[in-house]
Amino acid sequence: MSDLALHIPTDVIDGPTSLAAVLVAALVVGLCVVRARRHLDERLVPLAGLATAFIFAAQMLNFPIAAGVSGHLLGGALAAALLGPWLGALCVTVVIVIQALLFADGAVTALGLNVANMALIATFTAYAVLTLALKVLPRTRGGLAAAVFAAAVVSVVAASAGFVLQFWIGGEEVGQSFGAMAAAILGTHVLVGLGEAAITAGAVTAVALARPDLVHALRGTRLAQAPRDLKETA
Amino acid sequence: MNPVDGLHRPGDSPVHRLRPQVKIVALAAFTCAIAATPREAVWAFGCYALLLAGLFALARVPAAWVLSRSLVESPFLVLALAFPFMVAGPEVHFGFITVSEPGLWAGWNLFAKATLGVWAALLLAATTPVAGVLAGLSRLRCPEILLQITAFAIRYAYLTVAEVTQMRLARLARCDDPRFLWQAGALARSLGVVFIRSFERGERVWQAMAARGYTGRLPLEVGPAPASALQWAAALSAPLAAGVIAAWTAAAA
Repeated sequence: MSDLALHIPTDVIDGPTSLAAVLVAALVVGLCVVRARRHLDERLVPLAGLATAFIFAAQMLNFPIAAGVSGHLLGGALAAALLGPWLGALCVTVVIVIQALLFADGAVTALGLNVANMALIATFTAYAVLTLALKVLPRTRGGLAAAVFAAAVVSVVAASAGFVLQFWIGGEEVGQSFGAMAAAILGTHVLVGLGEAAITAGAVTAVALARPDLVHALRGTRLAQAPRDLKETA
Repeated sequence: MNPVDGLHRPGDSPVHRLRPQVKIVALAAFTCAIAATPREAVWAFGCYALLLAGLFALARVPAAWVLSRSLVESPFLVLALAFPFMVAGPEVHFGFITVSEPGLWAGWNLFAKATLGVWAALLLAATTPVAGVLAGLSRLRCPEILLQITAFAIRYAYLTVAEVTQMRLARLARCDDPRFLWQAGALARSLGVVFIRSFERGERVWQAMAARGYTGRLPLEVGPAPASALQWAAALSAPLAAGVIAAWTAAAA
């Protein structure tokens, strides 16, 4: 399962659907630039650049799922929790474009679809779940970890559901077996999502304990529990 | 794999010398031609493969490298293998296996087009340096703000990836060997530390830029070079050939 990528290759989804996805993705990414700039003004370029470099490095990190099986982060939920929905989606979009053009991962014609699933759907769903969960859960270490965990699982499943939806609209006619295929894809991604969620929750909690001001989801509040010192490793 | 140099293989072939904007347009056009070809025209996909193989040879990219890099699409090849059993339709018998005929075509379609699409993208990635791709996108009127973010991201990816690698080595040196997800706590925490460092570095970089008079716009007067008509003609000949084949097969089908 190492490097299990959702990057859609050439012509899995037909032309009109891909084109529609490009238009939607371009509009939403444009909106992300406007909103992120409103928040950061001229700090946008260096901060978004460094945050993108971080997401890039996070995706290179392989984590174990069970003995012999490892996966890597998609990063949508991580970006949403730490950077907020607009900047987060922008950073993941840049990562996907870099992967398509410099690493041949995902077709150029499917760029709109890939951005829509992995950057936009994943990040915005994660942020919505996170905001709702933090309204209910206490602002403690456990509460934050649980909220981020839920957001990450839902974001990965939502991204794969985005693919299933696009496949239903503009993919191969599979008739009866569509339900089985959808169930297989979504089921696999629940497992991937659990891995993603555990790592994301750990990382966000670590940041929240050391620098709560950097966790966008907390909106400047501290965790209720007295923060323990996070020892940096050299 | 080095995240900063991409898959670039330095060289001085005619393909390397083409301007990046020309190659990006050619890649997009070629991929569209592949996508538009009807699946029954098996010979057309053979022609595309030969065309790409010729270009790889011209760019001196070894076949083994291309094949090993093509593995990125392997998850979708599983889907291609599943199609013959999933799609409904008239059935064909191979010994004791029964598969549907439209399903076989669907699987072939996915396999052929995904592979050719990856090869075309690999040709761009192998022959164009990262800075070249950004300059090309800028010539093609890609929004400047996205390009600046991308340039920063690529520049600092060196540092961030080095930090992640360094922490991994430090963990390994301390006998950290997680085999199951619930043992991966140290990994998650080190990711948190990398985020704090990256964000703080971003703020420092911005302060340094502000101190030098940065107001939200990079003073880049040196634009990327334009491409000559000859370059456009040379680069677009391959997608044009593919487009003619695609149009011909589509008309015949």
